[in-house]
Amino acid sequence: MNLPRYAAGRLLLGLGQVAGIATIVFVLTEALPGDAAVVIAGDQPDPARIAAIRAQLHLDQPAWQRYLDWLSDLLRADLGVSLISARPVTYGLAASAGVTLLLAAVTLTVLVPLAVALGMLAARSEGGRLDRAVSAVSVALYAVPEFALAILLIAVFGVQLGWLPPTAFGADLLAQPSVLVLPLLVLLARPICTISRLTRAGMIDALRSEHVRHARRLGITGARLWLRHALPGALAPVVQQLARTTDWLLGGVIVVEAVFVIPGLGTALVDAVATRDIPTVQALCVLIAVSTVAVNLAADLVAFRLAPRTGAVR
Amino acid sequence: MLFPPVAAPRLSRRGLLGGAAAVSAVLLSGCGADSTPVTAASGQPKRGGRLRAAFAGGGANETLDPHLANLFNEASRAKAMFDKLADYGPDVSIAPRLAERWAPSSDLTRWTITLRQATFHDGKPVRAADVLYSYTRITDPKRAFRAKASLDMLDLPNSRAVDDRTVELALKRPFAEFPNALAAFGAYIVPEGADTFERPVGSGPFTFDSWQPGRTLLLKRHDGYWDGAAHLDELEYLISNEESARVNALLAGQVDYAHDITPTTARTHTNNGRMSVTRMPNSTMQSFVMKVDRPPFDNRDLREAMFLLTDRQQLVDTVLAGSGQVGNDLFGKGYQYYADDIAQRTPDLDRARFLIDKAGARGLRIKLDTAPVASGFVEAASVFTEQAKQAGLVIETAMGNKDTYWKDILNSGVLASYRSGAMPIETHISQRLLTNSTTNATRWTRPDFDALYAKAISSADEAARRQAYGDMQRTLHAEGGFLIWGFADFLVATAPRVGGVSANAPANTLDWARFDKVWLG
Repeated sequence: MNLPRYAAGRLLLGLGQVAGIATIVFVLTEALPGDAAVVIAGDQPDPARIAAIRAQLHLDQPAWQRYLDWLSDLLRADLGVSLISARPVTYGLAASAGVTLLLAAVTLTVLVPLAVALGMLAARSEGGRLDRAVSAVSVALYAVPEFALAILLIAVFGVQLGWLPPTAFGADLLAQPSVLVLPLLVLLARPICTISRLTRAGMIDALRSEHVRHARRLGITGARLWLRHALPGALAPVVQQLARTTDWLLGGVIVVEAVFVIPGLGTALVDAVATRDIPTVQALCVLIAVSTVAVNLAADLVAFRLAPRTGAVR
Repeated sequence: MLFPPVAAPRLSRRGLLGGAAAVSAVLLSGCGADSTPVTAASGQPKRGGRLRAAFAGGGANETLDPHLANLFNEASRAKAMFDKLADYGPDVSIAPRLAERWAPSSDLTRWTITLRQATFHDGKPVRAADVLYSYTRITDPKRAFRAKASLDMLDLPNSRAVDDRTVELALKRPFAEFPNALAAFGAYIVPEGADTFERPVGSGPFTFDSWQPGRTLLLKRHDGYWDGAAHLDELEYLISNEESARVNALLAGQVDYAHDITPTTARTHTNNGRMSVTRMPNSTMQSFVMKVDRPPFDNRDLREAMFLLTDRQQLVDTVLAGSGQVGNDLFGKGYQYYADDIAQRTPDLDRARFLIDKAGARGLRIKLDTAPVASGFVEAASVFTEQAKQAGLVIETAMGNKDTYWKDILNSGVLASYRSGAMPIETHISQRLLTNSTTNATRWTRPDFDALYAKAISSADEAARRQAYGDMQRTLHAEGGFLIWGFADFLVATAPRVGGVSANAPANTLDWARFDKVWLG
């Protein structure tokens, strides 16, 4: 199978997945007890008031009709209007998505070189002191839940020592990059472990593989052997894991967003579900589904390029 | 969350990382943080500066429409940019604001209101037409603004602007407490024709500057404010639903004011010199509602037994961590018309057991509906369960859905957790305790009680009204469905240099979350 045909097939499958996810989310949101009208009415649940809100939000129409309306709007690239703010959903999402994207980009930029380098170092001294040290530290970091690490970092470096801002309250993230340091550390803690250990395992396998041994016989050694011949094969499983990490980051890591006050997609989703703001929930799910499908598609294509014979394509 | 600020459902992520601030606190004390007590460092009022205030909020979909204000931060922003004709004073009596004075006709159905000389931020005067427009918008039958219920008695077609600064409001029925409606939550005066609030124009002490929904709102001083220009140059609202984040930002100097902190945080940081805590007593009524129209609480003896088995002090000490006062099964402690001549109830287990036996209810299983919809609900339910057990009742807690809790407990169940923010006692009665009340969670429907209320609100004589309110409260105290065990303080933390934060301001009253009288020292 060639690359373009493979890509086209995957793209079609991706579209189907997005449509399926949107439908499932709509059904699930409908199944939640209460609707936006009840949530808005809050502790003034006067039945007449709830009925008025419901009519105003067109929630009195049958669910299938609202779903079809939403779907036809979506086909015209219209994500609808928030039930809560009455502003177009895209308004709020653009800001949240920007924040999440920035945080994900910064994290990946630091993560990939660092974790791959650590993995290679560990592979080089397989079983040695450095290898054991890298394993011990990265596994230990992996074992700490994000929120615990976040709280600890804030308490020590933010509040007690005062070296770094403990939150990003109202800050322009680009103008004030210091607010990103602590969240970045928390976001890196777990992926550093998975990526570096996969790189290490991949490198060790690759160095023993037939084609690297062949390269060695041809007299290729040192950095060239490692980077040009062993690393590409070693990275195929790493890329798949990296795709998972990217999905996780692009979905908005709610714990990090909440503790550090970085209102990205995770915060937006929690707020939208809590207020039963179905158009916003739907738009977010479509956005997250699209990014997940796109990231995984990209990862498969890269893995296909790196190691056509690894069986990434079946 | 308190009364209007419904938004408890939207804000309940508070629990997610409850321990965060505590960890910071432990580290702080462990490392021997400076323990000089906070002095009145703020000193005399000083002009200038930008105050950064951290609130919980509604996220990226929040609105600046003052008539939609619901959450604490929305209420605070609304009062920073807009005014009502009247507002709640420290004892929740009515203080004139944009209205300079009012006078009813002898039959209490027409009220002539004289407006103050005030201007909107665009320089236009506040006129009678703006008042009529605002009230028409709020009571629009096609919309569902919160203040609509309070202003529904207005007969707007028969109301008129006498001149620019005089408005005559007609009512559908006589109503002696009409000023309560002028102060209702969300009854703000907006300029005639205003229907979008992306860049709000109001008459309040601060003018709009810039806004990123869910993140930050920047306001500037309105120099022409009728009540005296604010001390601050700028006021910035910042949003985080995580209490620990608000507190950590305050400790690190990122913000100057952290709204709504827990008693635990307050206790931890007392006298460590890094923050001052302002307590606003009588802010949140804490209670259980018993439905009096169905078994088992249609039995008056059983209701009295419930009143008597409750150890209120224990609930205040544990659930509120001591930040509050005991209740006497009456709403509005410290408010105007509160019947403080009624003796405080104290636990009497023997009599409670006697009454339970008399009602044939020993060992009875009773379902208590609760949900993590407001702080302390679940804790109070568990403490109360223990107390009831000692008197021979078996309370079974049923955890409900926090997003739809208030609607769920309105008509179903027999016993539920309940709370309310400040409002006049008259409003509490009319919304919750009359046969036709829309949120009557105790199902209290008594023609004689309705008649007493009707008498109170149709009497121009204040002494007669006080008498009627007293009689109603005596009935409720003796046999009502509200088991009101306490009143929680509302807690706000500020940087030591912040001055002018009023403690004499139950949540939802005028001086609560108000910034035009606040300064940076």
